[in-house]
This record gives sequence, structure tokens and C-alpha cells, in this order.
Amino acid sequence: MAVISLTINGKKRTINADPQMPLLWAVRDVVGLKGTKFGCGMAQCGACTVHLNGKPIRSCITPVSTVANKKITTIEGVGSEARLHPVQQAWIEEQVPQCGYCQSGQIMSAVALLNTNPDPTDAEIDQAMSGNICRCGTYNRVRKAIHRASDMMKESALKTK
Amino acid sequence: MKQQPSLSLNRRAFLKTGGLTVSSLVIGFNSAQAGSELVNLSERVAEKALVSLEVSPLVILENTGKIILMAHKPEIGQGTFQSMPLIVAEELEVSLDQVEIRQAMADKKFGNMGVGGSYSVRSEWANLRKAGAAAREMLTQAAAKTWNVPVDECYAREGKIFHKPTGKSSSYGALTEIAKTLDVPKEPKLKDAKEFRLVGKPSKRPDIPAKVTGRAKFGIDAEVPGMLYASVDRAPVMQATIKSFEDTAAKKIPGVQHVLKAERKMNKNTFQGVAVLADTYWAALQGRRALKVEWDNGQYGAFNSADITARFKELAKTDGHVDTNKGDFDTAFAGATKKLEADYELPFAAHAPMEPQNCLASVKGDTVEIWTSTQLPDDVQKETAKYLNIPPENVMVHVLFVGGGFGRRLFLDQVMEAVYLSKQVGRPVKVVWTREDDMAGGPYRPATYSRLRAGFDGAGKPVAFQHKVVAPSINDTQFGSKDPAKRQDDGAMEGLKEAPYDIPNLRFNNVFADVPVPMGWWRAVYSATTCFAHESFVDEMAHAVGQDPLAFRLNLIGENTRMKNLLTFLREQSGWEKPLPAGWGKGVAFWQFFAGQAGHVVYVSKTDKGVKIEKIVAAVDCGTAVNPDNVRSQIEGGTVMGLTAALKSAITFEEGRAKQTNFHDYQMLRLNETPPIEVHILPSSESPIGVGEPGLPPAAPALANAIFAATGKRVRKLPFDINDLG
Ligand code: FES
Ligand code: FES
Repeated sequence: MAVISLTINGKKRTINADPQMPLLWAVRDVVGLKGTKFGCGMAQCGACTVHLNGKPIRSCITPVSTVANKKITTIEGVGSEARLHPVQQAWIEEQVPQCGYCQSGQIMSAVALLNTNPDPTDAEIDQAMSGNICRCGTYNRVRKAIHRASDMMKESALKTK
Repeated sequence: MKQQPSLSLNRRAFLKTGGLTVSSLVIGFNSAQAGSELVNLSERVAEKALVSLEVSPLVILENTGKIILMAHKPEIGQGTFQSMPLIVAEELEVSLDQVEIRQAMADKKFGNMGVGGSYSVRSEWANLRKAGAAAREMLTQAAAKTWNVPVDECYAREGKIFHKPTGKSSSYGALTEIAKTLDVPKEPKLKDAKEFRLVGKPSKRPDIPAKVTGRAKFGIDAEVPGMLYASVDRAPVMQATIKSFEDTAAKKIPGVQHVLKAERKMNKNTFQGVAVLADTYWAALQGRRALKVEWDNGQYGAFNSADITARFKELAKTDGHVDTNKGDFDTAFAGATKKLEADYELPFAAHAPMEPQNCLASVKGDTVEIWTSTQLPDDVQKETAKYLNIPPENVMVHVLFVGGGFGRRLFLDQVMEAVYLSKQVGRPVKVVWTREDDMAGGPYRPATYSRLRAGFDGAGKPVAFQHKVVAPSINDTQFGSKDPAKRQDDGAMEGLKEAPYDIPNLRFNNVFADVPVPMGWWRAVYSATTCFAHESFVDEMAHAVGQDPLAFRLNLIGENTRMKNLLTFLREQSGWEKPLPAGWGKGVAFWQFFAGQAGHVVYVSKTDKGVKIEKIVAAVDCGTAVNPDNVRSQIEGGTVMGLTAALKSAITFEEGRAKQTNFHDYQMLRLNETPPIEVHILPSSESPIGVGEPGLPPAAPALANAIFAATGKRVRKLPFDINDLG
């Protein structure tokens, strides 16, 4: 066991955990943020996607000790219902989720994509999103929602200029 | 009865509210207030001294103006959390943002709470409408009484009763007290479909904001103070028994509290395991890895997929149970001018919902509290009571959002496992399966083997048709068979019987195949495999007589106007008659079964060694589409699951165990592989029928038929490699 400092969604947390514990379980069971989901435990499904310094990672295979003092963002840090991120807004507009279980991961991948590539092509969406499995089969809507979010973000960027 | 604190608290809350007969504790989700938590609403309920009118267990009106509609079916992604309350709201004349939807806990007053068979909306359609209409009538009468005017001068709209001549109005809340004194009308007048304001219009699902912010609580997210996490080491061969286990190393892992034998009861089967219970899930997993268990596989280690295929082929030579026999197939086939025969081989499959199986159970004395993702809340209550030999009222079942069902959560083994462990250690225990546990744990979709024969007369008209299905029995592997001579599962014939083709000499055989592994209902059940054989073979028949496969089908349809209309609709919507670019092919398939009916047209183009799916057009006749956008969503999802089964995943057995362990070798279709899917809903004012399953069966045969059209290659075995057709 070790004392590890984490910065999650801008807040500092100190936890006492096995350094080898995957970040996924540290976030869910120790810190108590349940939005990040477990699907496979071997970097196959993307349900556990979080951002590490803005980049999407699979928290199920990331030992918690390796992310100490780095910036971690989970779905809870992306936006709340009172202040939705454009990606979340687009997800609602397109009514993407069915069971919803994979969607935290889908959204984390989509937000990361749009952060680096505000206007992705279909091929770029394929590339960025193929690591996220949705057993309910919401893929067509995921694609549409990413395009919609991209449009929304461009529009609001124009307005603020 | 000794009660645990939370249970007695809720009993009190229940008593205090008197006439308010909502379930004593409700996990609620306040759709009217964005940002509200998924919370336990019982205390809020208890605090208010209010007058409430319970028109049915599903509709509760309060004098505060609050309108509560209970979602009494679990939300597994299919949308009933909204679609069912929406039907009540339609008749009640309220908009969805005027109501609070609450997820009901298991309670016998709700009747059947299960979700399966694409059955929820259609089975409750009439009841839900009646409940809403009854409330509306009572409120209208209450207003008429208050104003002392004739009741037919009053009407309901947007949560208010209006007096037509004067225009005055009163809110439902203000009328609740008087309405409460009236009798609930037994046969309230239902709205004319033309007057529908909600039904038939796309509307946004209230569970979705919670699902895009990570706030929706699934079974796996449940937590109570003092609980332990459990991971169970299971036999590689499901039915193996424990010879011995060594847990010294496991117990040394910091956080590990108990190591003990576990049992997992799934209907007639009980499987063994060794459970590690720890303060964190990670510690439980570490402990499990450190275990050394010796298993006795008994006779079960001899089960291999290769042998099954050979055995199914042998069985295909036998007649099995003749389920349907019209005319004289043998004579007609013998005398046919042209004959066609083919075999189709379909594999076992796992459900693999994204949320692994889990359950949190807290057994205290003779009461239990359960939090889980299930398709059968009322069965969880009843079966747990039976398992522990306690009254069902002592079992509280919290229904959380379900991260995918697909039939897997019609089985309660994960619940029994948690209940067993909690009882053993006297603490709340949350069992969480790994993905590997889920793949290895069954139950599986039955593999089926189909042998088909058709005979044509001199004019190319089909005169004889036989479909023989060799299939393991879900019922037999789950419940056993009373009559040893009747072990076949009637389900294996579903869809065949509904197939609309009018052929004078027809025979369907159901050949029972014994397998030692538990089988389960998988989305679309037997139709998920038998439709592939049936609709591919009908395509072969069309080509054998040189006819357009869609026209051939249309010509063969007899009395079934519903299917004829569906196919005609699909032909129009898919642009079937338009010329195709060079190198393209198109295929069609459609299917009617217990869940409903739908069809697909798939367009493919030739690639180097395979094909690319260019586009899929689906058509569904679901009767009245309660929320058309959600119907589309379900058909899209069914299509993707059908394609996944065709192109990606199968479960195979080696030495008694499933060879596949996780998503690397049991693959899913991914976003980059998913073609555009267009869904068209046949306009209809019939009562609603299912949408969860009908989108699945025809997808794969329509694809295979398109492949034949484009390449001349006939696919008769799933899964196959779309990039290399061999
Ligand atoms: S749980 Fe991490 S990728 Fe599946
Ligand atoms: S919405 Fe159910 S797994 Fe994606």
C-alpha cells in the first residue's frame, strides 16, 4: 500500500492504495466516481477511458502509481447536466445512448478527438473511436453526434470571436 | 421479524404516508429537475403530509401538483423507462416534462416486471392507457363537480382541466383531493389515435442526460457501507467440482477478508467456485489470482465444438420431432422437377453485455436487500425468497439501470451468487464478474444446424419445402424436461411457423441435440440463427429458378398481408428496383416471429477478396411506434448485433470450456466497421408490437444474400470473414 496523490477533475485527492491498482478501480472504488466503467480490463473496449493530461487512456490497464500528480479527467469532469459539454449536448440531440454503459468512454474518446481535431473527417472519427465497443450498436449515432458537436463548437467559437 | 435498519426505516416511511401506496422505497430519477441525483426518494415522500391519489400502482397524483409515473420495467437500453410512462402521459393529457418518472422496486403490485421477448410495450399498452385515461376522467369529473357544470363541458390538457364555455381551468394538483373521493372508472374512454400528442412523435429520453454525464447508476455502481467486494474463481469447465483449494497466499493480500466456497445457482444447475472477499475489488482480484484450486471436471471435459458439428450433422439425418406437416412433403419432393438442398451451420454465442454481471446483496437475518442490473426484478424477489426460504416481502430489490440485457439478465445466477456469499459472511457482498467470467459463465445462445430442401414443379413454382432444425434446448438445459421423449425446445420452431411463404407441401422438424452446457435466451432467441438458414435458402430458391429474390418472396406470400405490406414497403424504401453501380450486389431478408417483424436490404460492393457493406436499409412494422426515434435506435442496434454475430463472434468449446475469454477473441463490430443503417417504420395504427429483437434476425441473411448477388459465393456458415470470402 502507498499514499498516492491524484488530481482528478481539478481536485486533489490523496488515496491509500496498492500502487499496482489500476486507475479504473482507484477512481471508482476508492475515490467513488462511478461514471468511469469497467468492460474488459484489458484495453479492448474503451469503457474505462479517462484523460491523462488531456489524452485518452484506458484506465483499466494503468497502474494508479504511474499517474500520480498528473491531470486526470473523468466523465464527471467533462460537464454536468447544468453545464453540458457540447459533446454531451450533441449526444442528447442525437439520442445516442441505449443502455448507456459504454457512453462515458465513448464521450471521453470523442472529447479528446475534438480537442485535437475540431473538424474530424469520417476516417478520422473511425480512427479515434474504433477502440470503444458499444454492444447496443449506437455507432451510427456516435458518428453523427461527433459531427454535430464539431459544428456546435465551431459556431460557439465564432460567436466568442 | 428482525429487520435491518434501512428496511425498518422504510417500513415506517411507508406507514406514515398512509394512503400513499407507492412502494416503500423507490429509487427515483426526477426527470423534471435537471441535475437531480438518482436518489432514494422514500424520505422525501415521508416528509410531506400530502393527499395523493393512486389511480393504479403506476400513476400517482399529489395535491402538490406532482405527477408520478412509475417505470415498473427495468431500463436495459430499450427505452421503456420513457416509452411506458409516455403512454400513460398521453391519456392523462400531460407532457413529459410535467411528470416525474420513478423506477419501481420489485413489488407484486406491479405484476410482471420482467423485460424480455420485446414484450414490454405491447403487453402493457392497454393497461397503461387505461390507467392514464382513468386518472384523466376522475380529474375531469372532480372539476365538473367543483364548478357544478356538466362533465362533458370539461376537458383535460397539459395537466389542467378546462371548462370549455367559460375558459376557466384548474390544475390537476388542486383537483386531487376531490378526485380521490371518486371511484376509479373501470372502462375509461381512451383517446382516438388521431388525438395523440406524444405517441408517434419522436421524443427525447429522460434517462439520456444522466447517461452522458456519468450520473446514471447501474447495478455495478451500487455501494453500501461495510460491503465487501467479491471475485469468484470459477472452474474452467463450468460444471467442474472443487477437489481442493489452497488459499494461504490469497489471504496474505492486503485487504482480503475471506476465502470461501461459492455457489452459483442458475435454474436447475448449481456451479461451484471459490470466492475471495476483500475491501476493494482489486484486492479481491489479486487474492483470486493467488488461489490454487484443483478441479474435477467429471465427464464434462470431453465437450468439443468439433465433435458437436459432426454430431449435429448426424442428427440432421434423423427426423426428430415433426412440428409442422402440411400436405405431403415426401411425395411432392420426390416428384419435383427441380430440387435444392443445403445445410447451414450457426454457432454458439455469448451475450456479452457491456456491463459485466454483478450484484450487491445484503442478507441480514431473514431479510435481504439487493441492488442489481436485471431483466426480471420480480423474479429476483421470488427466487431469492425461495433460495433462502423466506417470504418474498422480506426481499427488497433495487432496480438500477442495466448496462445491456440481450437475454443474459433473464438469468439470476449472479444474484444467487451474491446472496449466498452475503449470507455466509454476514456482510453486504458485491460480486463483480470479470469479462472472462462472463464469457466462460454461459448460458450461451444455442448453436443450430439447419437442413433445408425444396422442390419445384416444371414451371419453377415451389411445391415442397422442408426446414429441419437441429438444436440444443434452452428449456432442457435450464429446467430439465418432464418427458424424456420430448426434450426438444418448441422455441426452435419460432419464426418458421410464421414464415409467410405459401408452399403446398411443408414440413418443419425439430431435432433435439443434447449438450452439457446451459443454453440461454439470446436476443431474438432461436430466430437469431434459424432465420439465417431459412431466409438464405429462400434466396437460393429464387436464384435456382432465376427470379428476383424480392419478387420471388412477394409471389410466395399467401394470406399474410402484414408481411406482404412490409416487404412492399421495404422494396420502396430501399430503392430495390434501381440499377446498381458495377460490382455491387443487394440482398433482402425479412422475418416475423414472437417479437414482431422487420426486414433488411443490404447493399455490398466487391473488394479484393471480399465485400464492403455500402448501406443497410431496414423496415419494421411495429404497429404504433410509441417513440419512433427509439424504435429506429432499437432496429439500428439489432442490426449491429446481427452483423456482429455474422462477422465477428462465436463461442467454441475445447475440452469442456469456452475458448473465447474476452473481446480480443470474442470480437464486436466496431464503429469503423459499421455501415450506415437507415430505418423506416411502416406507418400503422395497430397496437404496438416488439422492436427490441426484430431488427436482428434478417440482417445477417440479407448480407449473405447480397454477397451472393455480388460475388456468386454463398455463405452457409457463420461467422465469416467479410474481407476474405475464400
Ligand atoms: S475496461 Fe478498459 S478498455 Fe475495457
Ligand atoms: S449504449 Fe449500451 S453498450 Fe453502448
